[in-house]
Amino acid sequence: MSDSMQTLEAHTRSDYKYGFTSNIDTDKLPKGLNEDTVRAISAKKNEPEFLLEWRLKAFRQWQEMTEPNWPNVHYPPIDYQDIIYYAAPKKKPKLKSLDEVDPELLRTFEKLGIPLDEQKLLAGVAVDAVIDSVSVKTTYKEKLAELGIIFCSFSEAVQDHPELIKKYLGTVVPANDNYFAALNSAVFSDGSFVYIPKGVRCPMELSTYFRINERDTGQFERTLVVAEEGSYVSYLEGCTAPMRDENQLHAAVVELVALDDAEIKYSTVQNWYPGDKDGKGGIYNFVTKRGLCEGKNSKICWTQVETGSAITWKYPSCVLKGDNSIGEFYSVAVTNNRQQADTGTKMIHLGKNTRSTIISKGISAGFSDNSYRGLVKIGKKAENAHNFSVCDSLLMGDKCGAHTFPYLEVENNTAKVEHEATTSKIGEDQLFYLMQRGLSEEDAVNMIVNGYCKEVFNELPMEFAVEAQKLLAISLEGSVG
Amino acid sequence: MLNIKDLQVSIEDKEILRGINLDVKPGEVHAIMGPNGSGKSTLANVLAGREEYEVTGGSISYEGEDLLELEVDERARAGIFLAFQYPVEIPGVSTSNFLKSTVNAVRVERGQEELNAVEMLKFIREKLDLVGMDQKFLKRSLNEGFSGGEKKRNEMLQMALLEPKLAVLDETDSGLDIDALRIVADAVNKLRNENRSFIIVTHYQRLLEYIVPDHVHVLYNGRIVKSGDKNLALQLEDKGYDWIKEEVAALEG
Repeated sequence: MSDSMQTLEAHTRSDYKYGFTSNIDTDKLPKGLNEDTVRAISAKKNEPEFLLEWRLKAFRQWQEMTEPNWPNVHYPPIDYQDIIYYAAPKKKPKLKSLDEVDPELLRTFEKLGIPLDEQKLLAGVAVDAVIDSVSVKTTYKEKLAELGIIFCSFSEAVQDHPELIKKYLGTVVPANDNYFAALNSAVFSDGSFVYIPKGVRCPMELSTYFRINERDTGQFERTLVVAEEGSYVSYLEGCTAPMRDENQLHAAVVELVALDDAEIKYSTVQNWYPGDKDGKGGIYNFVTKRGLCEGKNSKICWTQVETGSAITWKYPSCVLKGDNSIGEFYSVAVTNNRQQADTGTKMIHLGKNTRSTIISKGISAGFSDNSYRGLVKIGKKAENAHNFSVCDSLLMGDKCGAHTFPYLEVENNTAKVEHEATTSKIGEDQLFYLMQRGLSEEDAVNMIVNGYCKEVFNELPMEFAVEAQKLLAISLEGSVG
Repeated sequence: MLNIKDLQVSIEDKEILRGINLDVKPGEVHAIMGPNGSGKSTLANVLAGREEYEVTGGSISYEGEDLLELEVDERARAGIFLAFQYPVEIPGVSTSNFLKSTVNAVRVERGQEELNAVEMLKFIREKLDLVGMDQKFLKRSLNEGFSGGEKKRNEMLQMALLEPKLAVLDETDSGLDIDALRIVADAVNKLRNENRSFIIVTHYQRLLEYIVPDHVHVLYNGRIVKSGDKNLALQLEDKGYDWIKEEVAALEG
C-alpha cells in the first residue's frame, strides 16, 4: 500500500463528533411488544378508534411477516422484545417562546450547532424539533396558519385534523408494505404532518430536526406531507444522534402525496451515530420513504445526504401515477469504518409522459460497504416514459466495497431508459495535482469529494448544502492532520 | 537555490536517474533536453515530490533545506511549482474556487494575509490577461473539457498566481500550436526575475526560441551527458540526439 493510501485511510478514520447524552426526564413504557403495547401507545396519545384499529391491524400483519434478508447488509438478529416502544419527555409544556424551553434541550441543540433562535432569526426556517418521540416545540405556526398551511406534529394532526389523517395515512406506504413499515404502523409514536392547501406556495423551508435521545428507545417516526393542487413545499429533515454502545433501531415511514400540478421537495441530511471504528454501536436505519405523484404534472424530488448510521436500508421512491408527472432522486451516501449502506430508489412509471431522474453518488471509505439498489419500472400504460440514471461510486482506500444493483422492468416499448454507472478510486493524480498547488492532503480530499457530489449538493437549499459539506468533511476526516 | 547531487531514482525497482548533478542559482533558466525515455519527466516529478518515484541515492537541497524531507504540499508552499505535462481534470471543482484556495494556502505559508473575494478577483483578472484567458474559464470545472492549449494556459495562470521561487515546466510545450507556445513563452518571460528560477523540461528546441535559457543540459539514459549555453539547443535542433548517443557510447565503450 502506498503512503498516500495510508494517509487516506488515516483521514477516513475519525470519531463521531456529536456523541453526548442530554439529561431530560422521560416517561416511557417498559420494554417489549404485544397488542397491549400498541393499545397503550394509542391510549397515551388519546387517539381516535380508527387509528387504534389501523395500528392493531398493522401489528397483526407484522407478526405474520419476516424480516427481509435480501439487502447487502449484515447484523446480529434484533430482539424486538428488548426495545422500549414509547418514551416522551416528562414535561410536556405548551411553549410560546424559547425562554420556556428546557435549557438542557437548548444546550443540546447548541452542541449540535443548530441553535433554534438563530435558525428562527437568520434562516426564517420554521422548526418542529422532535426530541425522542414527542414534539416539544413548533415555531412559525401562526404565520403558516394564515396561509392555511398545517405544519405540526403527527399527534397534533391526529387530534386537530383526523379527517386528513384518515384520508391519507397509509395510502402511499400501506401498513403491510414491508416488515419495518408494518412495525412502524403498529407502534409509531410521533412525527410530522404537513398540509399545503390548493394553490399555495409555502413561503419558507419547513424543517424538522430528529434526534434519538433516550437510551434503548426505538424511534418510529411517521411523516405525512400532502400537497394539494398547484401547491409547492420544500421540506428539510436533518438528523444527528448522541453516542451509544447499543445498537438502536430506527424504522421511520415517510409518505408524500402530490396532487395535480403540485410539487414536493424533500431533503434529508442524515448523520446518526455510525458506531465506533470497529463497528461497535451505531444506529440501524431501516426507513420506508415513498412519494405518490397522484395528479397530472405533479413533481416529487428526493435529495439525501447520508453520512451516518451503522446500517442504512432506505429507498426513497416515487410512484408516477399522474400523466406528465416527474420523480427525481439525488443522493450522496457515505460509508466509513464498518458502516454498511444499501440504499437507492424506485421509480414506478404508471402515467403517460412521466419522467424520472436518478443521480446517486456513493462514497466508500475504511472497511465499509456501500450498495446502490434501484428499480426503474415502466408500466403497461406509461406511454413515452423516460428515465435517466447515473450511479457513481467512489472508493477511498482498498478495503472498502461499492456495489450497484440496478433493476429494470419495462412493460411498454415506447419507454426510453438510460443508465450510466461508474466506479472510481479517488485519484492519486488528482491528489498530487491539488497538493502540488499547496493544498493539504485533507483539503485536497475534501475538494475532490465535494466536487464529486456537486450535482447532488446543488439540489439542496443553500444553508443545508453548507451543512452537508461540513458533514462530509467530518465524516471523512481523520485523526492525523 | 537548488542543488542536486548524485541523484538516483527508481520506479518499481527500475533505475531511471543514475546520478544527476545540477546547480540552479536564483534567477537562472535551465533547459533540460533529451530523447524520450531519458528521465526528464522523472526529474520534474521528483522535484515536486511525487511518491511513486523512489529516491535511492543522492540529495537535493533547496534554499539550504533538505527537499526530500518535505511533503508534496510543503514543497508547493515553499515555492516549488510544477507545470504538468498532462493536467488532470477534477469534475465538480470550479476553477475559481480552486484558484482561491491555492492562492490563499500559499499566502498563509508566506505570512501574508488571505485575499478577500474582491481582492482575489482583481488579482486573478490581472493574471488572466497575462496568459490570454477569458474570465469564463473560472466558472468551469477544473481542466474538465479544456483543450490541450487551454490546460497549458491554465497551468501558466496558476504559475502566475502562485508566484513560485522555482518553476518546473514538464514538457509544457508538447502538443501546442505556435500561438499557444508563444503564450506559454510570454508568460515565462514576464515572470522571469532575479529571484525566480526555472527548469524547463522539453524534447524540442522550438520553445527555446522564445525562452532563452541560461543553461542547457542534455539528459540521456538517466545522466546529464552534456551541458552548455543556448547554442547547445540549436546544435541539437540541427543534428538531433544521435550524435549525443554516439558520444556516450564511445565514452562508455
